[in-house]
Amino acid sequence: MDILNALVAFLNFVFIPAAAYGAQLALGALGVTLIYGILRFSNFAHGDTMAFGTAITIIATWGLQSLGVSLGPLPTALLALPIGIAGTALLVLATDRVVYRFYRVQKAAPIIFVMASVGVMFVMNGLTRLLIGVDEQRFDDGARFLIAVRDFREWTGLAEGLALRSTQALTVIVTVIVCAALFWFLNRTKGGKAMRAYSDNEDLALLSGIDPEKVVRMTWIIAAALMTIAGVLYGLDKSFRPFNYFQILLPIFAAAIVGGLGNPIGAIAGGFLVAFSEVAVTYPWVKIAGYLAPGWEPGGLLQLLGTEYKFAVSFVILIVVLLFRPTGLFRGKSV
Amino acid sequence: MSDQDAVFGHRGNRDASVVNSQGKGTIDGTRPSGPVGQGRAGDPFLIGEGMTGGYGKGPDILNNCTIAVEKGQIAVIVGPNGAGKSTAMKAIFGMLNLRQGSVRLDGRDITALNPQDRVKAGMGFVPQVNNIFPSMTVEENLEMGAYIRNDDIRRTMEQVYDLFPAVAAKRRQAAGELSGGQRQQVAVGRALMTQPSVLMLDEPTAGVSPIVMDELFDRIIAIARGGLPVLMVEQNAKQAMMIADKAYVLVQGANAHTGTGHELMQNDEVRRTFLGG
Repeated sequence: MDILNALVAFLNFVFIPAAAYGAQLALGALGVTLIYGILRFSNFAHGDTMAFGTAITIIATWGLQSLGVSLGPLPTALLALPIGIAGTALLVLATDRVVYRFYRVQKAAPIIFVMASVGVMFVMNGLTRLLIGVDEQRFDDGARFLIAVRDFREWTGLAEGLALRSTQALTVIVTVIVCAALFWFLNRTKGGKAMRAYSDNEDLALLSGIDPEKVVRMTWIIAAALMTIAGVLYGLDKSFRPFNYFQILLPIFAAAIVGGLGNPIGAIAGGFLVAFSEVAVTYPWVKIAGYLAPGWEPGGLLQLLGTEYKFAVSFVILIVVLLFRPTGLFRGKSV
Repeated sequence: MSDQDAVFGHRGNRDASVVNSQGKGTIDGTRPSGPVGQGRAGDPFLIGEGMTGGYGKGPDILNNCTIAVEKGQIAVIVGPNGAGKSTAMKAIFGMLNLRQGSVRLDGRDITALNPQDRVKAGMGFVPQVNNIFPSMTVEENLEMGAYIRNDDIRRTMEQVYDLFPAVAAKRRQAAGELSGGQRQQVAVGRALMTQPSVLMLDEPTAGVSPIVMDELFDRIIAIARGGLPVLMVEQNAKQAMMIADKAYVLVQGANAHTGTGHELMQNDEVRRTFLGG
């Protein structure tokens, strides 16, 4: 039995990729849960807005690169991020003004907002493709690895190598910072409390002198920041293809619902839960099993599902949670 | 709304995995305010005069209804169910379209203001239901009451806690976990945090036990004696009239009887129809 090698293989192939992916989902789910809690609908345009924000950031990154600006070991995209956030914020505010506000004034039934967001999704979809095309874009620069496989082998003398890409570490660090900032904002500042008050009771918030339109605008701006950051981190870690951002919508919703819609802590926990399940179910465990139980030769790869079925995992989690614990793990608002 | 909605029991709107109907508002927060005009000489502190109107494009609920309150006094609105008591109060607060009439506060005509600007103009309103932020702590509820203020709110908060010692002990607890009576105290406290120049209460004693009700009335009297005019709608007509400096009996959205609480208690017709003999 070779526990060390098994552990390194586990870290390398399951834990690190799942942690990075989980952080990306958590940021996405935070945005979904924020919009659900405050604007009161599930925003189906979330994935495509993420794509749009990432597209703007990529274009800004190219601009910075052509000017010769770089952040050394860090990706230049971090420098372009504020531009991406600002662009996305403007776009979602404009969308709110021309689409959602109309229904807000009518006091439309909430499902109408959901349907409107599906329409917005298609528009964003097209907009992103007009802006940057349908092809894959790679925009990560700077140092590729914090820990490279060869260095790790030489350093430890183990047969199994471990790689930690800088984008993976960056993803987790940025997510921690963003979550901390968001929680501080929601629980400690006047504006954040006003958003929570509006989420609790719209009419009473208004009767306390809180301007509802201001809360809505603030929510969109924060959601735009979350969406852009999540999208850029995802794009840095994997690569940018508009279609992938449409697909990521499902795991993001699964994460938000698993954690409990409307509950930010739940969104984060849900993101990691979905990511770890997805990676664990689609990873061929034969190698790790080989280290742990030498001599045992399983016939297959010990892979529960092919990677092409990874989205099925989100579906199953979603269905199981909705059947057995519809309020989510952290008691959100869904019933 | 399509015909299919009814067939499917409005399923989409009840599916909490896609929509969140909790705490959804009914007041249009997007309506901009109009200009503030001049009040009239000899006006009471707050007056809604000759108010006629209803909700949205619906029929008129109020018909030439007048409600007023003077400084340092308690005015109550009583009447049978469906008389438009709460509606009259909401009209004064700008939550429905007035087709006629005007609302004037402290020498200003505020008929054109939207509710959020009326709060800034000095009106504090406690709705009958959903009058707290359930997931926020008692202290945060009070902070939200003081949202429009930029000065130090700690003194006012201490005053509110002095007035309602029961909730002071629970300041770190979520307001949604409190008992009915304590919730009402938080609700009144939240409105007081604005430091309003007039306090409007919509059935503050609805759904609380008689003991709690007496206590709440005591507090309301204390608030009014402190100089803050109070206008309230009340189901318990007898008790309300006992503490009222001025009472309005509404019937079908119009003023039926007006007078001091004492006068109306003596009025045979009022007693027969509303106070049960």
